[in-house]
Amino acid sequence: MSKYFDLTRRNFLKSSAAVGALVLGTCFAGAAPRMMAGVLTKPSESSKEANLFVALRPDGIVEITCHRSEMGQQIRTAIAQIVADEMEASWDKVVVIQAKGDLKYGDQNTDGSRSIRYNMQRLREMGASVRHMMRQAAATRWNVSLDECSAEQHIVTHSSGKTLTYAELVSDALNITPPETDKIPLKKRSEWRYINTAMAHIDLKDIVTGKATFAADVLEPNAHIAMIIRPPVVGGKVKSFDAKAAKAIDGVIDVIEIPAPKGAPVFQPKGGIAIVAKNTWAAMKGRRALSITWDDGKNGDYNSEAFKASLLATVATPQKSVREIGDAVNTLAKANDKLVADYYAPHLAQAPMEPPCATAMYYKDRVDVWAATQNPQADMETVGSMVGMAKEKINVHVTLLGGGFGRKSKPDFSAEAAYISMKTGHAIRVQWTREDDIQHAFYHAVSAQHIEASFDKNGAIDAYLHRTAFSPLASTFIQDTTRPLSAELRLGFTDNPINTPNMKLENGAAPAKTRVGWMRSVSNVFHAFAIQSFIAEAAHKAGRDQKDYLLETIGPDRIVDVTEEKADYDNYGGDKAVYPLDISRLRHVIEKAAEMSGWGRKLPKGRGLGIAAHRSFLTYVATVVEVEVSNSGDLKIIKSWASIDAGTVVNTDTVKNQVQGGSIYGLTAAISEGITFDKGRVQQSNFHDYRVPRMSDCPLEIEVEVVQSDAAPAGVGEPPTPVYAPALCNAIFAACGKRIRQLPIGDQLRT
Amino acid sequence: MITFTLNGKIREFAGDPTTPVLWYLRDEVQLTGPKFGCGMGQCGACTIHLNGVAQRSCILPIAAISGSKITTIEGLSDDGEHAVQQAWIEHKVPQCGFCQCGQMMQAASLLASNPTPSDDEIVQSMSGNICRCGTYPRIHKAIKSASKVMASVGYYVPEKTGEEA
Repeated sequence: MSKYFDLTRRNFLKSSAAVGALVLGTCFAGAAPRMMAGVLTKPSESSKEANLFVALRPDGIVEITCHRSEMGQQIRTAIAQIVADEMEASWDKVVVIQAKGDLKYGDQNTDGSRSIRYNMQRLREMGASVRHMMRQAAATRWNVSLDECSAEQHIVTHSSGKTLTYAELVSDALNITPPETDKIPLKKRSEWRYINTAMAHIDLKDIVTGKATFAADVLEPNAHIAMIIRPPVVGGKVKSFDAKAAKAIDGVIDVIEIPAPKGAPVFQPKGGIAIVAKNTWAAMKGRRALSITWDDGKNGDYNSEAFKASLLATVATPQKSVREIGDAVNTLAKANDKLVADYYAPHLAQAPMEPPCATAMYYKDRVDVWAATQNPQADMETVGSMVGMAKEKINVHVTLLGGGFGRKSKPDFSAEAAYISMKTGHAIRVQWTREDDIQHAFYHAVSAQHIEASFDKNGAIDAYLHRTAFSPLASTFIQDTTRPLSAELRLGFTDNPINTPNMKLENGAAPAKTRVGWMRSVSNVFHAFAIQSFIAEAAHKAGRDQKDYLLETIGPDRIVDVTEEKADYDNYGGDKAVYPLDISRLRHVIEKAAEMSGWGRKLPKGRGLGIAAHRSFLTYVATVVEVEVSNSGDLKIIKSWASIDAGTVVNTDTVKNQVQGGSIYGLTAAISEGITFDKGRVQQSNFHDYRVPRMSDCPLEIEVEVVQSDAAPAGVGEPPTPVYAPALCNAIFAACGKRIRQLPIGDQLRT
Repeated sequence: MITFTLNGKIREFAGDPTTPVLWYLRDEVQLTGPKFGCGMGQCGACTIHLNGVAQRSCILPIAAISGSKITTIEGLSDDGEHAVQQAWIEHKVPQCGFCQCGQMMQAASLLASNPTPSDDEIVQSMSGNICRCGTYPRIHKAIKSASKVMASVGYYVPEKTGEEA
């Protein structure tokens, strides 16, 4: 009955060399810097063994291992496209195997929009190695020179016309020493047949027939279902509970207390009381019958209105400087005419369609976990410390993810399943409800920003002061810290591209009274909202066209290096020679998106166009949104257009789909009520009061232009999101003259 | 004992009659196409057909389907041949795919009752189904494609859904 367990066994067979398959791997090249890497997973630095596999079986089937998590970005297809292209595999013989969590793969943390950026080169080299070995094997068999043998689509052909298939060459290739990767020529771009095409993704058929396996679809026939009531306030604890009524419910097996976390939240479970039942419905009934009293702890006073006021007060006064050019403070002090604006954006929950879910089985010497996780190595660490076992003993199988958006980078749910399995001696599936997901997320930070600018006689910004304050993500890892790491500030704040002689960027302290975590594009979302809204406000003040003024404000083609201004900036871990902040690329996407939208055309009354552009995850995106606002304040998004320059892309259709979806994800920030707190408790609970975009909120047409570029591959999943809310709000202003500085939009258009 | 037809086969259920059909399908008979997304009829991930019409199985007590025919994505076609499934493939609609079985069941039900829906009718019918990946523009296009195909090859007949040939 168990789909996933079979796959695991097959994995094991494949990896044991006994079956006569040619198995190749590459070594992990270098440690990848990442935000708070110390607390997450350290790439294996010493690993010399082959660790990323392509297996050519004697029947000719090619098994390609995907070590990144699939959450809709089609990484399983992209990895296969890259390897299969360079090895000249026939696509119908390609099978993708999902890797378990294992340090030997290097970084497996599927966030930060970097799966392709980190892996494309070594995947190409691996594919090319196999192709080379196939040619070598054929040349040896035929006793001819290598140059006379070419390989295409699973067949090696000699210049005389004779052929051998890859399947026929597998056993010969087993005796060939793999070539050194730097000695094998990679294909020219013009020779690519899979890379940079719009191939359909490999899981498509399984998805449309309902066969795709997500976390809750792992059929462990003996698993009991657990549901957990967690403390409603972060840092709170169970004071007492009465399980009598719950235990009396038919199908309820056990009630287990989960210990409260210690120290900084990291990815620890929040504690609480678990109901263990024979089936999901019994668990749901059981949890309703449970009565618990809580000790709320110090965050019991968290109130969103009060916190908003404190954030706005913080950004109203001078704060710690992050980057400085010239003398913005004095220039502003002397200015007669300034534009001053405060922006605010609430907490958000990632709310992936699939609520968190994991199955675990505890054994004396290991734990098996099946989870919808973005970062299986973090599951190994978190589960290991929860059950007191070394992380190497935690086997983490990665299912398909029903969306991730950063929520599933935090494997608290896997640790819950493992703990309850340890306590009950039984396989356990922990199923989160939507209410659990909305009320116990790691939230997108709440933020306030203050921007002021003065202008030269032409209306150009001659001094720019920007302060940001938000509940720092750092607090999830460093207990009670009130300062974000530079890795949070670099997300759209430190790397502000505007071209002005005087600039000062400041950051104010703020506590986090809840768990804060990554959400698609992270602090780029609110920073781009403020900056791109402010530039449009300045354009209006100067009586200029939004798009022209935006181009002038970011200035002429050039490379911007903010580290020359002593800013602490790591460029997303990307080498700045390979991934510079290139204003010409930012300008190009702005011009392209404007052109696609017919920028400047005459619009009927009540319609407006808005534009925004932003570089994040080393990728450049510009979006134009067209809206209609009725006299009574009804908002309708007519259409939007986006241009994206992500350097080299693997699947052009996937990129389009990500831009369309990322745009709509960005719409969440504008139309959702956000997550608010009172008495430390989240006030929203499900999709009726935590509103996410529905088809009726969205444009039916999102036109996307993917810039054809030879530049190194950059991010795709996240960069489309930050531009959407500011482009939308700029369009609203153009349509009806109402400026939105505080998100969500809510009723603001009705006043 | 509750008796009903599931994907063309007669079934009986003797457990708790308040059990939502979703949990019967997933826990009892291992039909995992219908997904749990919200548990309160807000997102549509669990959508199935009850006598040919889209229903949210997470809030449908099993007692309510006594004597009825229900169809899940697994019973919509033998192997993805339904025009809606084909259109989903043609337009490469899914990203993560989690909501898509519910989306397709909703779309199939719409086209069964209204074979040539207008743009607005599609929006109206589909706005109870959430997709966090944001595939709505493609869903809309796919429904229009499926509508055209079904108009040329004959409509989907709900009463026959899931019946064995």
